[in-house]
This record gives sequence, C-alpha cells and structure tokens, in this order.
Amino acid sequence: MANIISDETIEYVGILAKLSLSEEEREQAKKDMGRMLDYIDKLNELDTTGVEPMSHVFAVSNVFREDEVTGGDGREEVLRNAPEQKDDMFVVPNVMSH
Amino acid sequence: MELLSLSAVELGAAIGTGKATAVEAMEAVLGRIAEAEEELHCYITIDKEKALERAQSVQRRIEAGELTGPLAGVPMAIKDNLCTEGMLTTCASRILGNFVPTYTAQAVQNMERAGAVIIGKTNMDEFAMGSTTETSAYGITRNPYGREHVPGGSSGGSAAAVAARECFFALGSDTGGSIRQPASHCGVVGMKPTYGTVSRFGLIAYGSSLDQVGPLCRTVEDCAVILGILAADSQDGSQGDSRIEDGMGRQAVGEKPQNQEIFGAESHSPDSGLNAGQGIRQKTGQNAGQKAGGQAVRKDSTYLGRKDIDFTSALKKDVRGMRIGIPRDYFGQGLDGEVRRAVLAAAECLRENGAAVEEFDLSLAEYAIPAYYTIAAAEASSNLERFDGIKYGYRAADAEELHQMYKKTRSQGFGPEVKRRIMLGSFVLSSGYYDAYYLKALRVKAMIKKAFDDAFARYDCILGPVAPATAPKLGESLDDPLKMYLGDIYTISVNLAGLPAISVPCGADKNGLPIGLQLIGDCFAEKKILQAAYTYEQLKKA
Repeated sequence: MANIISDETIEYVGILAKLSLSEEEREQAKKDMGRMLDYIDKLNELDTTGVEPMSHVFAVSNVFREDEVTGGDGREEVLRNAPEQKDDMFVVPNVMSH
Repeated sequence: MELLSLSAVELGAAIGTGKATAVEAMEAVLGRIAEAEEELHCYITIDKEKALERAQSVQRRIEAGELTGPLAGVPMAIKDNLCTEGMLTTCASRILGNFVPTYTAQAVQNMERAGAVIIGKTNMDEFAMGSTTETSAYGITRNPYGREHVPGGSSGGSAAAVAARECFFALGSDTGGSIRQPASHCGVVGMKPTYGTVSRFGLIAYGSSLDQVGPLCRTVEDCAVILGILAADSQDGSQGDSRIEDGMGRQAVGEKPQNQEIFGAESHSPDSGLNAGQGIRQKTGQNAGQKAGGQAVRKDSTYLGRKDIDFTSALKKDVRGMRIGIPRDYFGQGLDGEVRRAVLAAAECLRENGAAVEEFDLSLAEYAIPAYYTIAAAEASSNLERFDGIKYGYRAADAEELHQMYKKTRSQGFGPEVKRRIMLGSFVLSSGYYDAYYLKALRVKAMIKKAFDDAFARYDCILGPVAPATAPKLGESLDDPLKMYLGDIYTISVNLAGLPAISVPCGADKNGLPIGLQLIGDCFAEKKILQAAYTYEQLKKA
C-alpha cells in the first residue's frame, strides 16, 4: 500500500468530518482510506496540464430572488421534527465547555 | 381485468376510460404487497389507509374531469430520499429515522399533480451510497428474480417493487448508476435523464453535481411518459394535469407559460450550457419581479426548465440509419460472458434492423471510477454536514456539550459506508490535498466529458452493458468496498458527463437473473436513446 494513513491524519479527518471513531473503526478507516487513495492515485497517470477543473457539466450561476416575507415557514411543523424544543426554539446542549 | 399485469400507461388508460378505478388499482397493489412484501422488503414505509384515501380522492377528481393525464390514478412508489410532506423520509439512515418533511420534492409533486398516487417509500442504500441496498439501516431487499440475490442499488427497493408488481412504477435517483444498475438487476426499465432535466428540490443530496431523479418502470413507453411529467416546469401548465395549482393553492389555469424565450434544448450548440445558464437567470429574474409574494420561484439552481420534453414522440419502432457506437473499453476484462453475449446480441438485433453499429475506443473509462469516488465523496462530506442533531433527525442522548453532541450523533446515526465516504471526502477537500485529489478529479472529469463529446460527434447512441455481472448474492459485496465500487464502471462516467442513459432488459443468465442493456445519449438526446430502446423492446417482444 503506497498511501499509509497515520493516526494523526485519521484524527484530523475525524475532526473535519465530526465523527468519533472506536479503536476498531479507526484501524479499519485507515486501511480503507489508504486503499481508496491508492486507487485514486491512478488519476496521476493522466496528464491534466492545461485542463480546467469542471465542477458542473453546464455553466451554472447563482439564481437570485427577492427576499420577501411570505409567512410560509410552518414553524410548528418544522419544530415538530426537532429532537428538543422550548418556547418555539431549538434546544441545544451547552455551547461553552465548563 | 388483471390489473397487475398492465403497464402504468395501460392502467392509466383503463382508469381514464372507466374500465378500472384508481381505488381498484391501489387495492390490487396492496394485495400484492400483502403477499410478497414480507419476503422481499421493497418498502421502508407503507401506509395502506392513507394510500387508499389518496386513491379515492384521485378517483373523485378523475370522475369530475379534473384529472385527465395518462397516469391519473396509477399507484407509484417513491425512493425514500425524496421528501414527502407528512410522510416519513429516512434516506434508509438511522439519522433520519424520525424525519417527517414539511414539503414534498418537486419530482413527486409533479407526479401527484398528474394524478399518480403514492403507495409508500422504498428501501435504498443509506443516503444512496451503495450498489446493493444492503447498507440500508432498515434491512435488506431481496431480488424478485432470485431471493438470495441483491436487487442492486441504490434504488434497489424501487426496482424490486416494480419487478415484483408491488407498484406500477417507481421514482429513483441516480448519482453513479443508482437507477440503471438496480433496473438491470431486476429486469425493469430505468432511466437517468440529462443532468438538470428534473428538479432536485426535495431530493436529499448526495453528490449534487451528479444526482438526478428518474423513473423505474415496466416499459419504455412508461419511461417516456413519466420522464415528461418529471421534467415539466411546475410553473407551466403544459404537462401533466391541466389544472396545476401553484404553491399557494391558486389555480394557474389559463395563465400563459411565462418567459417563452427560455432554453430550448432542440437548438443546443456546444455552448448550450452557457445558454442554459442565461435562460435560468432571465426566467427567475422575471418571476421574482412579476409574481411578488405568490408563485414559488425555481428551487433548484441547476434545473434547466427544458421545453423539449415530449418524450413520447420518440416512441417509434425505427432505428434505420441510427449510428450506434460500442465502446471496446466496455467489453474488456471483468465483463461476465453471459452479460457480454446478451448485450452484443441486442446490438446485433439493432444492426439487423438498420442501425449502423460499430466498435470504437471511448478511452478513459478506467479513470471514471477514481474520479467519481473523489468527487462524490467530496460533495457527500459537504452535503451531509447538515445532519447535526439539532433541527431534525436523530440526536445522541448523552452529550454534555454541543461539539460532543455533533460527533456522537453523527457517529451513532450514520452507517459504515456513509462514514467511509464522508471521511474520504473530508480528506480530499482538506488543505494540502485539495489540489492533488479534488481538483485533479475535476480535471479528469473534464477529459471524460470531452471523450464523450468526441464520441457523440460520430454516434447517436453508445451501447454497452449496465453492470459487469448479474446481481451478486446477498452478503458478498460489503466486505470489500473497492470491489463494489468497480461494479459501477459502466454507469458512473455518464453521471460525470451529465449524460442521459437508459437501462433496458435484454435477457437473463443461466440462473434466471436479468441482464440489462445500457444506451447512452448525448446531453439532451433522450429521444434518441428512447427510440433505440423502444425499437429494441418491440423487436424483442415480437
């Protein structure tokens, strides 16, 4: 395997992805990611000098609309999906650590 | 009348002429579900009572002359990554196990306005990540043609439901083959349209630059009819039911379709993408100005609002003079012998009936998989950031502070394949690796698109297999993710290049498992592949 994923790298990826992995998951993730990156390295066989990266097949641009109040938010329905709510607001755990 | 043996269009005609009712059709489907569903498990959610109520309501509107479209009264199944107002939408994930959307996806709305009736929500790979429907948090689906085999994926529940007659047609989504491959494995027709043809509003995003909604159904005719309804601009009453209402419940009848100048794909040129973009800007700009506070504006910035969507005009049994290219790269190592023979026999059938069929080198096919998995994982890692346990879905119970809650919620809520792709995506987008992996993949994507452009300068259609083999056995795919990814080799470049492609049944292997034929068209050339597919289907039937 050409790509060796270090503990530091997988730790960093866990932070970016907001995932906490068990020891077993972590070892598996290192192996899986290493293999995938080995495979993705195949792209380096291609000379892409001067090729523009293509994010979308068609040219896309932002679509704008007027920012108008429509009263169509359906607050009650939306809040019904919330894991925890209080006084028409979402409740979250402590944002600051003690 | 044996309703279950009818195609969606045949059933619609029977209902339209009073030979059957929407309620009888729904009862027939629910009866079939009662027999088969326990073993097959095509659906995650079915609400029989509500389905019958909806059918009754539609039947009343048919009898009142309000619903006259070709699919009015026809029961349909919806992949569980399309939002349905008031109906559980899980994406086959634990993290959305209790999510009840407050709105309905545009594609589903279009079908409902045309009178199709929702039966329930179908099983799929979690967040559409997988090729077997085995990554679902809610159990496996079995292949109706071989109970020990997978139905394919990720729209496996939709494909199996069509094949098992637990619905008359289904909606799926295709990011890397997720409509075409299960259609192939279950012996039904499945189509992914040109990127931007169907609005993605309400489709829970996986890889936004690749995702498209499309039909899984029994016949090519059904496919053309459904696609025409799916693609219709909801602000334009020309398709589906004639009494389309806008989002605020007002009748839009008699209003002229606005903005006639918008994108007409019939006249597309190499820079049609640019035209499309301009068309969208003009259109939404006008809407915003003209219809203050009322009519909804377009909700998917990549939706093209195509006008060339009379797809049924392509249902002609004629391939004389059609130029069909067979990529040699698609018939090399790794292709099962029986699949190869069935697909080449289909090509021969079209040749005998007047198509000019020849082999050519498409090139770059082997680079599509690594490019795809880089791009799809990158987009997935970004799209799935929204699942944080705050506004909806699962929340881990025992977290003391916010950041810990995010991590616990996501770690407990997502399955292994989803985590794998989120981590890979986070890595390829991270500083220091972005250029080497993500931008490199986007450059390769541009080269793949160019290879298809060159091919379509010479051919009307590209013909090949959908998958390297028929449906694998249950439990054999998930141990080796890379091997599973390799099974997507013939479908994923189509998504990278934004092309339309259809999967049509073309035989079975020695175990009776279906084999699919794939026809790929240039952007906006759905009609060519529909015509070739229809011709093949009719020739095979004869």
